Amino acid sequence: MNTSPLRPGFLIPAAIILMAVVAPLLSENRYLHHLMIMACVWGIAATALNLVMGYAGQVNLAHGAFFGIGAYTSGLLMLKLGIGFWIALPLACLTAALFGLLIGMPSLRTKGAYFAIGTLCFNVIVTVIIDRWENLTEGQRGLLGIPPPSAIPLPYGLTVRFDNNMVATYYLFLIMLLLTLFVTRRIVISLMGKDFRAVKGNEELAASIGINPFRTKLIAFVTSTFFAGLAGGLYASYIGFLSPDISDFHVTFEVLIQVMFGGIGTMAGPIIGATILPVISETLHALAAYRMVAYGIMLIAVIIFLPTGIMGGLKIVWTKCITRK
Amino acid sequence: MDLFLQQVINGIMVGSVYSLVALGLTIIYGILGVPNFAHGSLYMLGAYFSFLLVTAGGVNYWLAIIISMAALTVIGMVIERIVFRPLVNAPHLNSFIAAIGLIYVIDNVALIVWGPDFKRFPPLYDQLYHFLGVTITLHRIIIVITAVVLIVLLELFIKKTTIGSAIEATAQDRVGARLSGINVTRVDMWTLGLGTSLAAAAGALIGPILLVYPAMGGAVTLKAFVIIILGGMGSIPGAILGGFILGLIESIGGAYLTTNYHEVLAFGLLVTVLAIKPTGLFGKAH
Amino acid sequence: MLFQTMGLTKSFGGLTAVNDLSFGIEEGQIVSVIGPNGAGKSTVFNLVTGVHRPTAGRIELMGRSITGLKPYQVARQGIARTFQSTTVFGQDTVFENLAIGHRLRTDSGLFGALLVSGRERGDRKKSMAKAEELLSFLDLEHYRDEAAGNIPQEAQKRLSVGIALATEPKLLLLDEPTGGVNLEEDDSLIRIIQKIKASGVTICLIEHKMKMVMGISDRVVVLSYGSKIAEGDPQSVSRNENVIEAYLGPGYAAKD
Repeated sequence: MNTSPLRPGFLIPAAIILMAVVAPLLSENRYLHHLMIMACVWGIAATALNLVMGYAGQVNLAHGAFFGIGAYTSGLLMLKLGIGFWIALPLACLTAALFGLLIGMPSLRTKGAYFAIGTLCFNVIVTVIIDRWENLTEGQRGLLGIPPPSAIPLPYGLTVRFDNNMVATYYLFLIMLLLTLFVTRRIVISLMGKDFRAVKGNEELAASIGINPFRTKLIAFVTSTFFAGLAGGLYASYIGFLSPDISDFHVTFEVLIQVMFGGIGTMAGPIIGATILPVISETLHALAAYRMVAYGIMLIAVIIFLPTGIMGGLKIVWTKCITRK
Repeated sequence: MDLFLQQVINGIMVGSVYSLVALGLTIIYGILGVPNFAHGSLYMLGAYFSFLLVTAGGVNYWLAIIISMAALTVIGMVIERIVFRPLVNAPHLNSFIAAIGLIYVIDNVALIVWGPDFKRFPPLYDQLYHFLGVTITLHRIIIVITAVVLIVLLELFIKKTTIGSAIEATAQDRVGARLSGINVTRVDMWTLGLGTSLAAAAGALIGPILLVYPAMGGAVTLKAFVIIILGGMGSIPGAILGGFILGLIESIGGAYLTTNYHEVLAFGLLVTVLAIKPTGLFGKAH
Repeated sequence: MLFQTMGLTKSFGGLTAVNDLSFGIEEGQIVSVIGPNGAGKSTVFNLVTGVHRPTAGRIELMGRSITGLKPYQVARQGIARTFQSTTVFGQDTVFENLAIGHRLRTDSGLFGALLVSGRERGDRKKSMAKAEELLSFLDLEHYRDEAAGNIPQEAQKRLSVGIALATEPKLLLLDEPTGGVNLEEDDSLIRIIQKIKASGVTICLIEHKMKMVMGISDRVVVLSYGSKIAEGDPQSVSRNENVIEAYLGPGYAAKD
């Protein structure tokens, strides 16, 4: 096995990370910075969904609910209890994971289409609760004025401020994204990751060799919701405003499409999808309904002709290049 | 007591519409094995087509329904051919995503062509009837009767026609059907057409009562799925019974329980049932 | 007695698939369960491995009850199985299939993953060593890096046996190991079964090919319509009138 630092498996991600670090300094364009920040948010959400869907094989359609739970928990803790960002954020992740446990335990006893529809119903229920429980969440009025991350004191009297500082926010979110990717990759290549793969491949066979399918699926599910909550918490502090829509099943579908488009079951796929699709979305935004029609057609075309997404397409091209030599 | 009876009648009416939608969906699922998530969008198109035929075309309401059903049958068949057939050997997740794509396309084309405003049918069968302290419009009675008629026609179609028996055979044993010479791919196409026509009928029937607007398919789709999971995916009696039961639960529950959350009665019911019996009420492990 | 069932019964609705079945397997033996189609043989395996819950009766492994345990728990107790329709992890290589089979003998969980403990690395080495060992034991070396779904049917059968063996079971249940395999390939599977027995694993197999069963079994249990109609060594069972009648219908038993 090639373990030299110059091997492609190491070089390419390193190069990309380097570009990601340098990128915001190349331009003053605020809109570009905004897109990059949102790419981090969606990248975390998509990586989380990919963990439970692409690696453990469970089509979880409640993902948006956990994003929303993370966002609202963080926002509410900061606004109503005055808790600082750096405490609120981990609490938001844990809350999302807790709900992941509560929802996962009954849901994961079902399979296939039942699981998909059941989790989708949970998504709708959560959205409606957030919408109607006005005393807690302000419902349709929305949660306004969520503070950005509080400043970090550095040595020599310097501080890193996040209010109105998109570059600092971007770097923070990028670190969070890299953390998420690191943890996800660790899990995927571990023996636990092999459990995921076995359960995804053939649940009955996995059980017959001693793997506990329910526990394996639950671990994947709860881990996924933890990071969905992280994405939500970061979103809340960046945008500063929340409405029940951000837990909506449309969010679930968006993230799902990002994962499929980028390449399900790969590490880079969700990132690709999370970076490219929102840009396409925003670019075509002016065309409103026409954009959605184009979006839908593209989705159908991709799923029929390139179901393994961009990463799958790249692999096919790569294999063709190699076999031609 | 009057209120209760009123809700029961309402529930039966809503239930009959749900039944038609769920029926179409369960047939499609039973044969193609694919949950057609775009089903609600086709229901919406059925409503719009009949609305246009009646208002712009001056066509008789009943004729409009029939033409609508025919048009949606064709649309359903086209969808099977273009979208679902290429995915027949792919994981079910892929068909599901394709259906989401369909929803985006259909709902937004409707939005572009007809605009977001709510359309109102002209008054059709608005005569009021009073009995047992309950007020009901003729149209609501007609909905129930028509739904029952369509269900009976469906049964006859399946039992008495060649296409119908091919569909039934394929539903019971796809491999066996193919081995006995049935063109299973054609059956898929007819089934999607048939299921879609039922959704169209439902949309056309309820259109005059609820208003017609591009997003009307959304909630209906998920509820239809709840119904067929509860009733047993692929089960016709399950879909019919489930539709009526859900209609009643929503009407009665909505009136007596908290109205704030009555929308999610259906969904709460589903997750509760699945938590207790993961294979659905009548389902075997799928 | 390594393994025994006592009064094992399973009813599905009105149909009794297995009726009051009691039999035992001594350590190191090969016991075959045979019977005409529909006799309930696969149901017995499903009951033993926890796929179905028994309606009544008891199942014991090494004196301890395993009745009602879930499939993954039964595997952890030391019973491994193959399935009638060959089951492998189609998308993984043959090597990976064998390595994952060894998973239950390792302990690493989520935190092991995150901390990349030394134990993780040790476990992985163990599994890989096991996979190597099984590759040569089952003659699968030249398929090592092929996707399991792409190798020939007969090799897949050997692989599925390998996956079961990787769990280091005390008792190996083989469900129609020669199903769908032609007569020449039969022999190689028979050799493998004998090798497995020689390595100390007890074997119980479901089969319908009489010649094979008689050749390798120490004991034979015969089922018909869910009930045991004979048990004993291959010679006496093959001469048993009830057995002949069950397979060939009444009227044959009189002849010998």
